[in-house]
Amino acid sequence: MFTPGLYHILFISTALFFIGVFGFLTRKNLITILMSVELILNSVNLNFIAFNKYLWPDKLDGLFFTIFIIAIAAAEAAVAIAIIINLYRSHHSIDVDNAEEMKY
Amino acid sequence: MLNATTIALIPLLPLAGFLVLGLFGRKYFKNSSGIIATILLLAATILAIYTAYGYFFEYGKVNGVYEKFIPLKYTWLQFSEGVSIDMGIMLDPITCMMLVVITFVSLMVHIYSLTYMKGEERFATYYSFLGLFTFSMLALVISSNVFQIYIFWELVGVSSFLLIGFYYDKPSAVAACKKAFIVTRFADLGFLIGILILSFYSGTLDFSALIQRLTTPGSAELSAALSSSFMGISALTWAMVLVFIGAAGKSAMFPLQIWLPDAMEGPTPVSALIHAATMVVAGVFLVARLFPVFALSAPDALRLVAYVGAISALLAAIIACTQTDIKRVLAFSTISQIGYMMFALGVSKYGGEGGLGYTASMFHLFTHAMFKALLFLGAGSVIHFIHSNEMKDMGGLRKYLPVTHITFLIACLAIAGIPPFAGFFSKEEILSAAYQNNMIIYWIALFTSGLTAFYMFRLYFGIFWNKAPSLKERAGGEAHAHGEGGFAMMLPLILLATGAAAAGFIPFGNFVSSDGKGSESAFHLQFSIAPVLFGLTGIFIAMWLYKKENNKPDIIAASMNGLYKSAWNKFYFDEMYLFVTKKILFNLVAKPAAWIDKNVVDGLVNATGNTTMFISKKIKGIQSGKVQQYAAYFLVAAIAVAVLFIYWWK
Repeated sequence: MFTPGLYHILFISTALFFIGVFGFLTRKNLITILMSVELILNSVNLNFIAFNKYLWPDKLDGLFFTIFIIAIAAAEAAVAIAIIINLYRSHHSIDVDNAEEMKY
Repeated sequence: MLNATTIALIPLLPLAGFLVLGLFGRKYFKNSSGIIATILLLAATILAIYTAYGYFFEYGKVNGVYEKFIPLKYTWLQFSEGVSIDMGIMLDPITCMMLVVITFVSLMVHIYSLTYMKGEERFATYYSFLGLFTFSMLALVISSNVFQIYIFWELVGVSSFLLIGFYYDKPSAVAACKKAFIVTRFADLGFLIGILILSFYSGTLDFSALIQRLTTPGSAELSAALSSSFMGISALTWAMVLVFIGAAGKSAMFPLQIWLPDAMEGPTPVSALIHAATMVVAGVFLVARLFPVFALSAPDALRLVAYVGAISALLAAIIACTQTDIKRVLAFSTISQIGYMMFALGVSKYGGEGGLGYTASMFHLFTHAMFKALLFLGAGSVIHFIHSNEMKDMGGLRKYLPVTHITFLIACLAIAGIPPFAGFFSKEEILSAAYQNNMIIYWIALFTSGLTAFYMFRLYFGIFWNKAPSLKERAGGEAHAHGEGGFAMMLPLILLATGAAAAGFIPFGNFVSSDGKGSESAFHLQFSIAPVLFGLTGIFIAMWLYKKENNKPDIIAASMNGLYKSAWNKFYFDEMYLFVTKKILFNLVAKPAAWIDKNVVDGLVNATGNTTMFISKKIKGIQSGKVQQYAAYFLVAAIAVAVLFIYWWK
């Protein structure tokens, strides 16, 4: 039976990271941008888990970090969505290109 | 025994007056400021007289010599071993004499101004400025350190600037105060350089140490100062000449005399203060203070002092004969009299019989303070009454201003050197000092004393006799009902007149002499005949020309056309200065400097600014406000750093 090794998982996590980055840079809708950020975070989580499992199986530090990041991500999502709602109230849009008042 | 506090209080009381009235006067002491300042100054005067009495009669003399007495010395700023700026008090005969003169004249001016300046909007400010002026001059004379004297020297300049420009809404007053400040400041530059050279060679700024080191023959400092020379003249002589330039600026000596006549724009009592006790005598005081160095180590500089003094005395006296503004006549007479004091110092030698000039100079300073203050205050009364400075508006005032008339006459007799008034004795000593040492200066002085008598009595007859009095026609038909101005204006006149009449009988030589040993002022009857004769001739010519209204003065003026005109125009000194400053300095120095400032200095600054602006305009697009763009920059930078760390940072 095929058992995935560390490299397989790292490959997936890297792919996930760059998909997130691409989404973050190209998407105009703030909600999708937020989702891209979640993808980036999750790729990091995946890395932590993988390194923990394959390199130091008897330790739990990676797991703790992952749980910590999930909690942070939840909080961050709440804040981000609050910001998006406020943006919608003032701009009647959640297109990121409309929120560009803070320039030179 | 006197302590330092008593002496320090003499200048500090006027300073307190300045601070209190300057800060709170306009609000809280609008009407009482004059009284407050006068009382403070009265206290200072009493302390000054007490100090002088104590010094001269009780403890100043050690083994028959008046020693320098230093009750307070506080090191304020230490430069190096031995060189420090001290704040100290030094008493010697001339200091004690000056303390009394300054406080007394200033007190008279304070009392006089109570009436003269009454109703003035800035009454409290006026009194606070008077306090500052008195303070700076008092502190100047008690200074124990060359740099301390320089500090108060500048303060005197500032306060005279404030007082000359007191009527700051009058353009002429503004111009006059600027002129006074700039001219004296320009001269002070010489003083400062002189101080630096002196302290460089003597290694000290302290007066007693400096004088001691620079007058001991064979001392290391003296030989160093004498052996190094610049343009064939020793460094010490240069230093003393530079110091004298500072003194000449303050004392309005030729050729820096131009500021003094214009300084008449200030209130008249201030002129009395400037001319009699403060400011102009500061220069004489400075030369007297450093006299041992002048006399023993830099005789060339002293000769310059003598000639500058004599030329100033003569020129100013000639100019004074033609002026019509009464205050200007008095101003030129001050220059002339200060010239007397200067050349008296100039012809003097150190110690013994030859030191007569020094004593005479200080004596003349003392008597001059009395009669010049009196003349100015008298002129103030006249101006107060007539509301004009011009002689043509006056005449026949003796019936209206009896007290002023008598006191003015006493002052005129005193300045003309008629016995037994004060000026006779001091002028006598000056002339005999000149006679002993330098015949050219003696003849100049003798001729000048005749001129002095002439122009003073021209003034006297012009004001109090001449035309029949018809006040209604003058000064725009205003009726003058306020008379002579009451007790506060008369009291100073009477006190000063007493001084001007009696001060000559003080045996001055016993107290003030160049080496402190005291000298008998020898009095030669035959010698006095010539100056008195010259004086009387001057008076009689003035009487003949000006007692009754006639056209003789005009005819004489017309017959001496060229001389009269150039004297009337003050020998075109103002024009010369204007030519030098406007045509030469402005065109050759100021304009190129302005060009460099505008194009090079400003250009550099502007170029920096413009470059920054240009670059910022080009790159400000980076801050676009688009979040995703920022994220892209961030990503690129993060990748770059990653690449750097992975491939280069081994």
